[in-house]
Amino acid sequence: MDGLNIPLNHILLVSSLLFAIGMLGLMIRRNIIFILMSLEVMLNAAALAFVAAGAHWGQPDGQVVFMLILTVAAAEVAVGLGLVLQVQKRFKTLDMDDANRMQG
Amino acid sequence: MSETIWLIPLIPLLSSVTLMLVGTRLKASQVGALGVGSVGISALLTLLLATEFMQNQQVIQLSLWTWMEVAGFAPGISFYFDGLTLVMMSVITGVGFLIHLFSTEFMEKDPSYARYFAYLNMFVAAMLVLVMADNLLLLYLGWEGVGVCSYLLVGFWYQHNANGYAARKAFIVTRIGDTAMAMGLLLLFTELGTLDIQTMVGEADQTWQVGATVPTIACLLLVCGAVGKSAQLPLHTWLPDAMAGPTPVSALIHAATMVTAGVYLIARTHELFLLAPIAMTVVAVIGITTSLMAAFTALMQTDIKRILAYSTISQIGYMFLALGVGAWSAGIFHLMTHAFFKALLFLGSGAIIHCLHHEHNIFKMGGLRTRMPVTFWSFMIGSSALAALPMTSGFFSKDQILLQAYQFPEIGPGLWVAGLLGALLTAIYSFRLVFVVFFGSVNTEPDKDTGWRMAVPLSILCLLAMVGGWFMIPVSEVFPASDGSHPAHWVEYVSISVPIVGVLVAYLIFYTGQLKVDRLANSSFGKSLGKLWLSGWGIDLLYDRLFVKPYYGLANKLKSEPVDALYGLIVTINQTLNQWLSSAQSGRMRWYIASMVAGLILVIMLAANLPEGAL
Repeated sequence: MDGLNIPLNHILLVSSLLFAIGMLGLMIRRNIIFILMSLEVMLNAAALAFVAAGAHWGQPDGQVVFMLILTVAAAEVAVGLGLVLQVQKRFKTLDMDDANRMQG
Repeated sequence: MSETIWLIPLIPLLSSVTLMLVGTRLKASQVGALGVGSVGISALLTLLLATEFMQNQQVIQLSLWTWMEVAGFAPGISFYFDGLTLVMMSVITGVGFLIHLFSTEFMEKDPSYARYFAYLNMFVAAMLVLVMADNLLLLYLGWEGVGVCSYLLVGFWYQHNANGYAARKAFIVTRIGDTAMAMGLLLLFTELGTLDIQTMVGEADQTWQVGATVPTIACLLLVCGAVGKSAQLPLHTWLPDAMAGPTPVSALIHAATMVTAGVYLIARTHELFLLAPIAMTVVAVIGITTSLMAAFTALMQTDIKRILAYSTISQIGYMFLALGVGAWSAGIFHLMTHAFFKALLFLGSGAIIHCLHHEHNIFKMGGLRTRMPVTFWSFMIGSSALAALPMTSGFFSKDQILLQAYQFPEIGPGLWVAGLLGALLTAIYSFRLVFVVFFGSVNTEPDKDTGWRMAVPLSILCLLAMVGGWFMIPVSEVFPASDGSHPAHWVEYVSISVPIVGVLVAYLIFYTGQLKVDRLANSSFGKSLGKLWLSGWGIDLLYDRLFVKPYYGLANKLKSEPVDALYGLIVTINQTLNQWLSSAQSGRMRWYIASMVAGLILVIMLAANLPEGAL
């Protein structure tokens, strides 16, 4: 187990960058599909950090949590896509700003 | 007769109430008959009373009922009748009757004919109560009653804003004096335990030394009330504006009767004033100052009624001078003769205004001598009496005042010289009026001459203004006798000749034009002085700056409710916060996300800055 030895810091840096990219996408995207995709990116950034941490300390917990995140992401996408269909049906658009029905 | 003197004020009162209740349903002739008739009956009763009084000299005290009774304070509705009361009542009912008669023609075309006579009768009733009152509280009732009637009549043509303003001004300015007077009454009551005039002066004599503090203060407070009512400095500003009322009202209220109430008050309580020499000196100084101030102002006025108003202020100044130097009967005598000739002048000016389409400016009149002969002779006689030309009524009264002022210790000669200057000015301004209005070219053609209802009162008043000086007013029992000494003869000669000089000056300036005053009047000093006099020494402006403007400013500030604004602040803060928070609830998901991220970053930063071991 010593073929590829990447320092933990580097992986956490990549994970943070992914998280930031996802968050930025969440904030600036208007299309709901892209918002869901940005969410996936953020979830995966967190999962990567868990896996890296688990590998660093030689513990299995990181991978357990990864599996958990994977299922959560799958469930989320299932519900999210269902919502996307409903939004498209009701508002005839996927733009979240146009779908706003509040007066403020 | 002595048991029925209560009828004299009651009849005008009843007539007034009747006119108020059903006046609008009566015909104009009925209203006139009721209004004039009621005062006429009062005048007849007064005449009967006078003949009786002349025979037996009997003082009448009549107690009708107790007004109220609170802890030993029991003022009665009770009347007191002596020579002084008789003089006042004769003036009120006699001159009042003539003015009522004059009014029936003057107000003929007015839609509010009944309201006019209701107010006027009410005034006569209140004024009679004032002079017949046995105690100071009842006197105060009449005092306020005439104040209200004056207010109502000054603002009689209330459709014009300016008239309403003048009425309010008259009411409020006199109220300042009345408040001081009420304080004086309270002081007298707490010190002496009664307001009954005769008991009070008896007690005062026993309780106080001459010159003691309490009577001085009480007298000064009473003087404040008198100054307000009688339009003396510094509370005189309401009288010229009060000319906004109908002219007969000016004749009755603002010349003959109500404005002399202050003189009556001081004369009635003269025993108190004898205990307060300082207050008497104050009265004399106020009187002579006002007299000169008003005389200078009258020189420059162009409104016929304002000239007469300032001359009224000036003449009441003479009465105050008389009271101040202890010439009580001379003061009351001048009050009576002044009532005759000033009512005559006011009614004359009313006739002119009536026949000249409500023209007030004397320089737009002129040449009325041949057009309105009755009015011309009224003015000739009235002005002669006002200027105190020999043998007219004003001559006898004013001469007495000046001679007695001369004998006043210390400042007497000074008062006399100032009084002479006032007499000179009086002669000049009154004959300026005559020459400008009645001589020269006709500027406005009168559309009618006076009818008999105007001519008769004018003629009777002419007669009174001529012979009024020979009346012996029966006040020798009321006032302490003067010492009877006379000043040197030259003093008398000077007093007599000064008014004649004044008339000559007026003749040369305003009739023949031989005396040129244009150069003086057009110089810068003359112009600014003329402006100052025209505005009444700028006192109105001063009061406007000192009291009216700041008061309006304060009222405007209070209008926006500054205290409420403090509580309103809490509401405003809540509303602002609410707006901020509700604008956050916009439904824009990206904003929600951004604010969540910002919050997260904030929390992380805070957590990172926490000291070691805080978590």
